[in-house]
Amino acid sequence: MRSAWRKIFGDPVRAFGVVSLVALVSLGIAPAKNHFSEWRHYQNAYLRLIRGRADAVTLEKRMDHGVQQIWLPEQGVVDRCTSCHLALKQTSLRDVQEQPFRPHPPIPHSLTEFGCVTCHRGQGPATTVHEAHRSSLAWEEPVLPAKYLQASCGQCHMEALTGTPQLNLGRQLLAREGCVHCHAVEMSDGTIMQGKDDPPPLRHVAEKTTREWIYAWLKDPQAYSPTATMPNFHLSDDAARDVTAFLVAQSTPSSAVASVAAPASATPDTQAGATLYGQSFCASCHAMQNAAGNLVGGDLGPELTKIGTKTNPRWLAAWLRNPAAYDPNTRMPRYRFDDRQIATLLEFLGAKKDDDFLANAHLGDTTPEQVEHGRALVIEYGCASCHEINGVKKPENFAPALSRVGAKRFAQIAFPVGVPHTLPDFIAAKVRDPRAFGPSLKMPQFKLSEQQVDAVTTALLAQTGRGVTKAPIVRAGTLQPTSYQPAGRAGQLMRGLRCLSCHSINGRGGDMAPDLTWEGSAVKREWLVQFLKNPETLRPALIRRMPKFNLTDAEINTLTDYIMTVYQTAAFDRDWSPANPTPTLVETGRQLFYGKYACQSCHIIDSQKDKGYIGPALWSAGARLNAAWIYHWLKDPQALRPGALEPNQHISDDDAKALTAFLSSLKSSNSTPSKNGGGR
Amino acid sequence: MSRFWFLLFVAVVPLAGCNRRSQIPAPPAATAYGTAIVVSSGDKQVAPAGASLDLPVTVQVNDAQGNAVAGALVAIEAAPGVICAPPAGLTDASGQFTAQVSLGGQAGHYPLTAVTHDSGGKRVEIKLDELALGYQQVLGQRLNDQYCDRCHNQESTSERVSNYDNLTAKPHPFSEGDTLNKLTDEELTAIVSHGGPALGRSAEMPPWGYTLSSSDIQALIAYIRAVSDPPYQTKGFVYANNR
Repeated sequence: MRSAWRKIFGDPVRAFGVVSLVALVSLGIAPAKNHFSEWRHYQNAYLRLIRGRADAVTLEKRMDHGVQQIWLPEQGVVDRCTSCHLALKQTSLRDVQEQPFRPHPPIPHSLTEFGCVTCHRGQGPATTVHEAHRSSLAWEEPVLPAKYLQASCGQCHMEALTGTPQLNLGRQLLAREGCVHCHAVEMSDGTIMQGKDDPPPLRHVAEKTTREWIYAWLKDPQAYSPTATMPNFHLSDDAARDVTAFLVAQSTPSSAVASVAAPASATPDTQAGATLYGQSFCASCHAMQNAAGNLVGGDLGPELTKIGTKTNPRWLAAWLRNPAAYDPNTRMPRYRFDDRQIATLLEFLGAKKDDDFLANAHLGDTTPEQVEHGRALVIEYGCASCHEINGVKKPENFAPALSRVGAKRFAQIAFPVGVPHTLPDFIAAKVRDPRAFGPSLKMPQFKLSEQQVDAVTTALLAQTGRGVTKAPIVRAGTLQPTSYQPAGRAGQLMRGLRCLSCHSINGRGGDMAPDLTWEGSAVKREWLVQFLKNPETLRPALIRRMPKFNLTDAEINTLTDYIMTVYQTAAFDRDWSPANPTPTLVETGRQLFYGKYACQSCHIIDSQKDKGYIGPALWSAGARLNAAWIYHWLKDPQALRPGALEPNQHISDDDAKALTAFLSSLKSSNSTPSKNGGGR
Repeated sequence: MSRFWFLLFVAVVPLAGCNRRSQIPAPPAATAYGTAIVVSSGDKQVAPAGASLDLPVTVQVNDAQGNAVAGALVAIEAAPGVICAPPAGLTDASGQFTAQVSLGGQAGHYPLTAVTHDSGGKRVEIKLDELALGYQQVLGQRLNDQYCDRCHNQESTSERVSNYDNLTAKPHPFSEGDTLNKLTDEELTAIVSHGGPALGRSAEMPPWGYTLSSSDIQALIAYIRAVSDPPYQTKGFVYANNR
């Protein structure tokens, strides 16, 4: 026994010495690990960095040694990032380029109230670089790359913030590209994102266009128009033929087209059509390629470069007469065109042809099998999620909901080859090229630029559902969608004219044209009547303008009465007069206009002399605007129209009175904007 | 001996399983060589930190006579964090090589170098400079686009006609570092808040202090300093005003 002991451990004294040494060394492991820890290395490096600087004493006084922690139990934040990121609050180090010593840029939130991982993600409690920033076996929340950082704002903020253009663009794209028709996207305040792209109903599609066109369109929508919203489903020739066969077979005659006689042929005057197209300001909403190949015009409606290849003349005539009869949800207003004008426009639009588009569409006779197969394909690809189709119901929850996609766990993701294993890369790859995840997937190919892919990815990464769990002090406001509609007979007229496609009233509508919420306080009745009869642009440099709707006098009266009575501000009485406009006061106003306030930098009064192109022309301001409006506008433009470009100049009461007197005296009607300097 | 091979096998198999990085394909070999490289488009762009540049970077390889060379190998070298897709490749039929570039996650200037080699293997390069904006500077950029750009930018676009030519006192473009770098932050704040007359200049520059908040104006100045060419050098020390 004793000899066996000796055999293994040798001399007892030596054995005791060995065991003691082992114990001593193992006791030293912990302090050594601590001494060589990464955060200590960075703290020493920081000390070396600040010691070389002129304000070393202050910086050293502000530095906290040891492991630091931001602990916010209400938000579940345990962040030790500040153990290494030591200069976050030291703005004097803003020239320092290397991490982890860069100061944090100024942001609207306090670092100590929000912590770091709330926005940057990553693993807050970790104390090594790798565990804090990358995903490991135990933790799978890597740091969010800077290019998607705005996604974090979107976790709590539903509204469009000024500081998050990429997130705002991404959310717009989700609505505008039609993503939300198939994927449900619920924001963290419970609102469901709605589509903003108005896909056309297909119940009467055979009246609108031809089989060949539908076929060619299905094969490649962007070949017809590079700006088309419809994505490419990569259908095979046979599949496209069969879907076409089904769409034509399900189409029924519409009452809109049935009531229209075959269009009369117009005078073969090509110039008349172009002129009417221009006068009606179709280009405010529709784009068309010009001779140089550039797209010119707005993006509210579809591009019209090849419209003659697409539409049936009889359908187009019915559409121009009353768009809402064919598609009740269209944003296109009802112009009051007469038969001759419609014929002229048909002639002009019909000539916008490109037969190359149909070159590969050779379709034989349709068989019942094709129709049946087409119907199956339409159901399989979920066409009815966007389009109304006879006999096919809009599918519910057609594609996976994306309400929580920004917090998707790794275990739920199947990464294809070549895609880095991170959530942002997965989402971006899916948005960029869905079929790369498997040729049998249904999701179509959208035509998005790299910036747009980044923006959509940002908007989807914001869908974490974490905003709801935040403490009330840090929770942001909710969206308050309004369903405002003008009322009565005028309201009916305004709906027919689709005023809200471009103008905003009481928080609802488009942003192309001025907000009309308080238009009744701003303008004079006589001016409004004249303007509706013959709209002219008030801003010389503006391209998009109000179209002429060919309204009758009775219609104009109804509209004017409604606007003048209902759209008034409670802030002041529009008949109030700030001061008696004596000639001396008018002259003082003129001098203030040209001298002290240099208003001519942005506004034109004398088109020979003034050149300002930013604000509206003011040569007839007195005939257009009420004196009370001018006065209050001068005092505080943003109070009357939030976001107005004109700066609030803190004009004194006396100066504002003089300027109002001067502007009210301007009633010339025959001055026209000079054509040089970019006017069009 | 067979045990050795078995142990080696056991040791190698897990290692092979560890490598999950996607393979980056090696660039193809050059089929032609040029003697000069020039920038076609995409230089001096401004984008938020980490974001892709609006326009791709395009460079062209020319031979000694100034004709475009197709099939020359071009590589773009950049600081860590910058992603070029593709990082290298051959020039197309018109002698051009195009790459989508996304900048690193930190604000600042990102110099890029487009490199090709001539037939003797000598390095030929051209330098580009792209600018990444931080959060505050992006805010300032947005304010600039909304309010300042209409007068301070001479270029007209089809959506926005420049007002520059219509002004008697010509505004300084914000990239004009030679002039603007001489103004201190306090002076810039004064002229933005109170208008031109605050520094004895034209009233055509209106006061924005009642329209923009002070943090807006700080953001705007951060943007002006960022786009300044030559770059702005900070003077003195600023103590923490970050909460």
